[in-house]
Amino acid sequence: MDLKFRRNPDYQTLRDEITPERMFMDRRHILSAAGFLGAGSILGALPACSEPEQTPTAPATAGGHPAPGAALTGKKTAFAVAGGATVEDAFTGYCNFYEFGTGKEDPPRYANLMTVSPWQVTVEGETDAPGGYALKDLIDYSKLEERVYRHRCVEAWSMVVPWVGVPMRSVLSKLKPKSTAKFVQFETYLNKKEMPGTNRPSLQWPYVEGLRMDEANHDLTLFAVGAYGKALQKQNGAPLRTVIPWKYGFKATKSIVKIRFLATQPGTAWNKANANEYGFYSNVNPNVSHPRWSQASERVIGGKGGFNERRDTEMFNGYQQVAPLYAGMDLRKNY
Amino acid sequence: MAHSPLLRAFGKHWLKPLTLVALIAPLAWLACQWALMLAGLPNDMGWNVGQWTHRYLGDTAIRVLLVTLAISPIRDITGWAPIVIIRRRVGLAAFFYTTLHLLAYFWLDRNWSLPGLIQDVTLRTYIMLGMATLTLMIPLAITSNNSSIKKLGRKTWDRLHGLTYPVAILAVAHNLLMVKIIEGDPTNHAVILGVLLLWRVGRWVIGKFKPAQVAA
Repeated sequence: MDLKFRRNPDYQTLRDEITPERMFMDRRHILSAAGFLGAGSILGALPACSEPEQTPTAPATAGGHPAPGAALTGKKTAFAVAGGATVEDAFTGYCNFYEFGTGKEDPPRYANLMTVSPWQVTVEGETDAPGGYALKDLIDYSKLEERVYRHRCVEAWSMVVPWVGVPMRSVLSKLKPKSTAKFVQFETYLNKKEMPGTNRPSLQWPYVEGLRMDEANHDLTLFAVGAYGKALQKQNGAPLRTVIPWKYGFKATKSIVKIRFLATQPGTAWNKANANEYGFYSNVNPNVSHPRWSQASERVIGGKGGFNERRDTEMFNGYQQVAPLYAGMDLRKNY
Repeated sequence: MAHSPLLRAFGKHWLKPLTLVALIAPLAWLACQWALMLAGLPNDMGWNVGQWTHRYLGDTAIRVLLVTLAISPIRDITGWAPIVIIRRRVGLAAFFYTTLHLLAYFWLDRNWSLPGLIQDVTLRTYIMLGMATLTLMIPLAITSNNSSIKKLGRKTWDRLHGLTYPVAILAVAHNLLMVKIIEGDPTNHAVILGVLLLWRVGRWVIGKFKPAQVAA
């Protein structure tokens, strides 16, 4: 399958423009070595090797928002996770972003092909303020917050990520949803030339996800534009993604181009692919197994406990404050 | 070509040792990766070393098993009969990698917890299929030697080793059910197995109808 893409002339042209692989891999190797040692010593000793991709170089893009990797900090908040953030290179090097391929190393390898500037987000559906929005008109960059959340993937692994973003409700209120809007749907950018994985029917493209309005307006729910003090890297969903920490990772939408307010529950990508395994809610729940594997515990990626660290999965990923959203609901049925 | 002296010498002196080296190579490479990781050096295992390790061993096991099944078609196509002398050791290597795959999963995923393993086997269909695969391989591995052939008789031994087919089907099904989306490696394994099984069906059909045609 891979060979087919390499033979595609359009793709080849684009591929030539991306960072030379050796340079990229070197960086990854050096940082991964540092990660496994659990110390920054190697990082400190080899600044020249980690610099080309890691330091903020481009201040702002044509779209007026910071370029991927540019410095972007938010006001510190009380949202923290014991043990602190996962090593950054695990966050940028171990990703699910099927638009670039189903392998964990595909997004960091191919996401460079994606154009993230200019960027426009279309707002439509049950709203009094439909239209196209530039990122800087949606996100108030003077009000960015840093929130350290645990990120739990449905594949039974987790990381701790210091997100930079704003509460989703601060953005949605600007978009004037009508009282008929009960749900909000997000859609990921789609460009078959820039996203090699979308040439395969692994999921229905474009990727869509959705939330109930009360979930979207919950204080924990974020629109993130950065992580680790930098604007989001492309493989992590630059320039705009959602973060819903009590749900499995696939409920988040990366590289958002559309926000749609709806009166009825929208279709979601993984639910369409396999409704028996991925429900609309997909709240982290150690008591409800995925039909094919257990969700009772999770592997800690890049953990200080070494390659074999696991932890017990918590209800709502530890964010018990969302429980009232689901009062009276059978979470076994509404998985 | 099948009877060139060079090829005959290769078959006699080099085929078996070279096969052994080829079968050990994936394990040697894995050992190197682990040595690099434990030394804190760059390696190719990524951020989920446990999962990567048992999946690598499982993929290797399936691929070696498919190679076992490819040997007699290769013999039929090339007419080079000596190639079958490596079939038993390739099959044994498949068993060996399957065992390592189970141990790696038992250690790195279940942390040697027997209740955890039992729970997985009983609740998870794909793990049940995987365990069935390994179980069926045990009698094959035990009898993969000359004295067993003598003891059982060629016919019984051949019939017993026909278990290789259900073993391969179970292994590929285990692989297909493990992934979130059916594509990539598991699909490739299934397609290759399909071709290898169809080859045998074709051979059987041709064998059945040939004498009838001659008689007519």
